[in-house]
Amino acid sequence: MAERPEDLNLPNAVITRIIKEAVSSSGRRMGQGRTGGQRGKQVLGQQLYSPTLFSQLPDGVNISKEARSAISRAASVFVLYATSCANNFAMKGKRKTLNASDVLSAMEEMEFQRFVTPLKEALEAYRREQKGKKEASEQKKKDKDKKTDAEEQDKSRDEDNDEDEERLEEEEQNEEEEVDN
Amino acid sequence: MADAVAGRDKCGEPRLVSLPLSRIRVIMKSSPEVSSINQEALVLTTKATELFVQYLATYSYRHGSGKERKALTYSDLSNTAEESETFQFLADILPKKILASKYLKMLKEKRDEDEEENDSDDGSNGDEAES
Repeated sequence: MAERPEDLNLPNAVITRIIKEAVSSSGRRMGQGRTGGQRGKQVLGQQLYSPTLFSQLPDGVNISKEARSAISRAASVFVLYATSCANNFAMKGKRKTLNASDVLSAMEEMEFQRFVTPLKEALEAYRREQKGKKEASEQKKKDKDKKTDAEEQDKSRDEDNDEDEERLEEEEQNEEEEVDN
Repeated sequence: MADAVAGRDKCGEPRLVSLPLSRIRVIMKSSPEVSSINQEALVLTTKATELFVQYLATYSYRHGSGKERKALTYSDLSNTAEESETFQFLADILPKKILASKYLKMLKEKRDEDEEENDSDDGSNGDEAES
């Protein structure tokens, strides 16, 4: 739970950067023709991203301080609104935990259908990333096992087993921490 | 896709989201009916918020008045909240600005109206009492 009202604010610096990204990325990303003339210069040889951005601000647009803080507040409200919508879907499904499909359904409900495709892509990327991390840590563990096995060849079998168990426990804890973060 | 979002983590790898997940989680959890949030849902909500910020900014700019001056102002945003169906939910936190003098005038008009209503109420009450 949030204890102070400012806990519900998002960092202005990041918000500003995200808005500016929409400004400066006009060269990198293409508006898929939806922008009607505002399409940025397309850089050859660079991958064209799917409609992550629907339209871009031209370079050098000045965003007043007041507008920036208003956008920041709007973002907080958006999170609450999305959470509430997603929670309705979770409740309909008699689940207590919000999951990815609840958030996607919420976007459609909120008339932000245009976010669904980029979000699905982000979700896939996130899953790939997690999978990669898991494989990397498993590989690490294997290497570690080999090393310790070599070192403890002369030790008794029982001790080895004990240590393995400890290591497993440690890993479980690590996983829990990852989820918390 | 991952490098569609600028901002890099410690290892120099492109990050999926720029906004802090922990803060988004705090905001989500501040909703009383929410009990727990799965990590994927958190990442998606964070990503959606970033898309939303960009969409709100570009939409307001395109429909706004500052195109010649290359400026995005508060009034562009509050106009968006008022006029666009999709952004309607922002109307409360992005209220239209009005001049204090105009507000006082509105207040006075409102008071006059109320008084008139009260007068007519009194009148009708009086009638009832008489009859």
